[in-house]
Amino acid sequence: MYDEYSNETMLDIYVFETEQLLEQLEQLMLNCEKETGFTSEAIDEIFRIMHTIKGSSAMMMFNDISNLAHSMEDLFYCLRNGKNEIADNSFISDLVFEGIDFIKEEIEKIKNGISADGNPTALIEKIKIFIKDLQNDVQFPDPGIKKAIVETTGSIAQDTYKSNPEDGRAPPKHAFKAVLHFEEGCEMENIRAYSVVHNLKDITSDLFHIPENIIDNDSSKDIKQNGFHMCFTTDLGYGEIQEVLMQTIFLRELILEEIDKEEMERISKNKSKPYLVSESDEKPGIHGEKLNNPGTQKSKTERETPLSSGHQNILSVDVAKLDRLMDLVGEMVIAEAMVIQNPDLAGMELTNFQKAAQRLDKITKEIQDMVMSIRMVSLTATFQKMNRIVRDMCKKLDKEAKLVIIGEETEVDKNVIEHISDPLMHLVRNALDHGIESAEEREAAGKPRYGTITLEAKSSGSDVLITVRDDGKGLEREKILNKAREKGLISKSDSDLTDREIYNLILLPGFSTKDNVTEFSGRGVGMDVVARNIETIGGSVIVDSAPKSGTTITLKIPLTLAIVDGMNIRVGKSLFTLPTISIKESFRPNAGDTFTDPEGNEMIMVRGNCYPILRLHEYYNIATDVIDFTEGIIIMVEHDEKALCIFADELVGQQQIVVKSLPRYIRDFKKIKGLAGCTLLGDGSISLILDIGGLIYGWNVN
Amino acid sequence: MADIIENTGELEEDTLKGRYLTFSIGNESYSIEVRYVTEIIGIQAITEIPELPDYVKGIINLRGKIIPVMDVRLRFKKEPREYNDRTCVIVIDIRDISIGLIVDTVSEVITIPEQDIVDPPKMNKSFSNRYVKSIGKVGNDVKLLIDCEKLLNDDEIESLNEVL
Repeated sequence: MYDEYSNETMLDIYVFETEQLLEQLEQLMLNCEKETGFTSEAIDEIFRIMHTIKGSSAMMMFNDISNLAHSMEDLFYCLRNGKNEIADNSFISDLVFEGIDFIKEEIEKIKNGISADGNPTALIEKIKIFIKDLQNDVQFPDPGIKKAIVETTGSIAQDTYKSNPEDGRAPPKHAFKAVLHFEEGCEMENIRAYSVVHNLKDITSDLFHIPENIIDNDSSKDIKQNGFHMCFTTDLGYGEIQEVLMQTIFLRELILEEIDKEEMERISKNKSKPYLVSESDEKPGIHGEKLNNPGTQKSKTERETPLSSGHQNILSVDVAKLDRLMDLVGEMVIAEAMVIQNPDLAGMELTNFQKAAQRLDKITKEIQDMVMSIRMVSLTATFQKMNRIVRDMCKKLDKEAKLVIIGEETEVDKNVIEHISDPLMHLVRNALDHGIESAEEREAAGKPRYGTITLEAKSSGSDVLITVRDDGKGLEREKILNKAREKGLISKSDSDLTDREIYNLILLPGFSTKDNVTEFSGRGVGMDVVARNIETIGGSVIVDSAPKSGTTITLKIPLTLAIVDGMNIRVGKSLFTLPTISIKESFRPNAGDTFTDPEGNEMIMVRGNCYPILRLHEYYNIATDVIDFTEGIIIMVEHDEKALCIFADELVGQQQIVVKSLPRYIRDFKKIKGLAGCTLLGDGSISLILDIGGLIYGWNVN
Repeated sequence: MADIIENTGELEEDTLKGRYLTFSIGNESYSIEVRYVTEIIGIQAITEIPELPDYVKGIINLRGKIIPVMDVRLRFKKEPREYNDRTCVIVIDIRDISIGLIVDTVSEVITIPEQDIVDPPKMNKSFSNRYVKSIGKVGNDVKLLIDCEKLLNDDEIESLNEVL
């Protein structure tokens, strides 16, 4: 049985990890853009992410992704080593985002089982050209070394050295040993030594030098005392090498001798330290902080390890397992109830048993709460994704706006997150496309140049409220009314519709006041899809607006998988459950309180207010003996400021219930109004959960 | 190597293919393919759900899972019968939809080879013909093989008919 759950193939893990990395990368890029510059930590992290993606993609044989990641790595390697003030940051960002988008698309294809056949060559070319341009501006180590170094960074501890891979020619003819002494007082010997090495790079291979580390200033002393020793192989002859070396500035003395291959190998074997020329800290002073080198090597290895073992103690769990766990916890609650309320125990004196039962109850409740909270995921990731959208759309539409996020720590169930991500994207796009005006218009209207879109999430009672608010030009009441009339979507006369109802018209399918269709909107499809998506998870959409000041769209989402407090009621032989939160009061009416109006609707007066009565047995056609109001019970429920009185046979009891949705067969068949789901009671029987909102609106229509 | 794997694949399918579960409703016996059947349980308390056609009896609680049940007698427009302790619920799973079929009795699982399966005669009178996919010959008996998908999906046409 456990085999079903250990099916996480390598591919699943790869897709999951890569998606996480891409998200992190996007976030990083957006932050860097905001700060208009790439800090060294950012560059390092971006480099690391690209490196991980490259490696894992290559392993999974997705060579296109791997190649793209490689070229992006190159780009950032360049930035790491060079002066990044020169580089055009926004162009780099665009390149990176293009790369991210490409990889995202490929991952989508992989997820859906289609072959990842995208072609990144155009993008890779662009990156290569850009890198070349960068290099021509500044003194850089050339690509050959870059490649070699990039490969060595992955595997730091290496006893054998790596020869310059560019050198595909015949083995070099000569091997030399050189010792250079610099003039007294010339200072910064290590830098001079570095430039010597640099000059030799092109014409030599297998270059060693002592001291190994010429980055750290400490090596200057070493060089001053002992001179700078080098060993290398090359095709050039003695004279040419001597000429090159003599060009070194402040060179006091050069000792150059040719050695044979065996000696060369002996020397190479004696060196137990890996061959490392300047990694990232090539030129001191590029990055603000100077790290001590032996320490750096080690911390670099640590930082190279994949992200998942790094930051927080987070575990990724298969959702199917969580679902199963939730079901089991639900069953455990029922089983516990069956034990404690067992008819065999009725009437017995059981003080110790009761105490033990109470403890069991407490622990079970805690497990229940824990499991519920495991499924809850904070909205942070979803909200952060919106940042990217705002940025992209601002660029495309040439508007200026910023995104303010409030309450992203609010947690919702994992199911919900999947269903609100798309609607939210649509709403943010709408806010930018329709709502926020261009910078000039805003200034003319006396508003700040930058539009603000606020994404807010907060939990209220058993719902989570997510608001998308913009300070743009608001909805145009008249336009909407006219369009609706044109399409024949409204029947009541205008004066009957409140502002809210008018604004909510935009949620109807096919509704749009836009005259022409753009890439982003105008077809009248979006809001309808949003409304439907939210309805699927049992939520609702409310649109509100003030002309010229902005629009607010609120998504109200119930905590569907919450363990809600429910009140069980009985009608005939059927049991129903009402969420306790919506119950205002319950009572047995007196004979004279109820009356019938001319249309046959029954009503009841409570403290001066009149409420309609819903007879559950009539509504659902259930056979019951209790017809008279004075024999049953009236429960007043409220939803969205509207109230209704429900007539049932009796109240059975209150308990915590786990909401289960109705089986798919029934849901597909027909949406039964007034039923939100079902739940299992203590004795194993099923009770149907009433959807108060549905009952109220259904009733009003009738 | 590849053909060995292929062969075992075929073998696996063969163990479920061609095997049918026989059940009876009144005097008629029907069969459905075993590969749809997840379990067979005795009849238990059914919670009614309003506003559904009469043959959808309601839902039951199967070890924590909520499953709708359909009375096959009513589906086939026969006279309903009281449930007794021989009444069974066959739980089938089609395209991730689970549903229980209430039948009078369950008999056995038989293997019907392909050559013994023929198409049903095209009679439009009998209602249950709609759900019969093919007819299998077993010895002297004739078994009506039910098309499970039709059981689940023919509803719309029906509800239209009812309205008209």
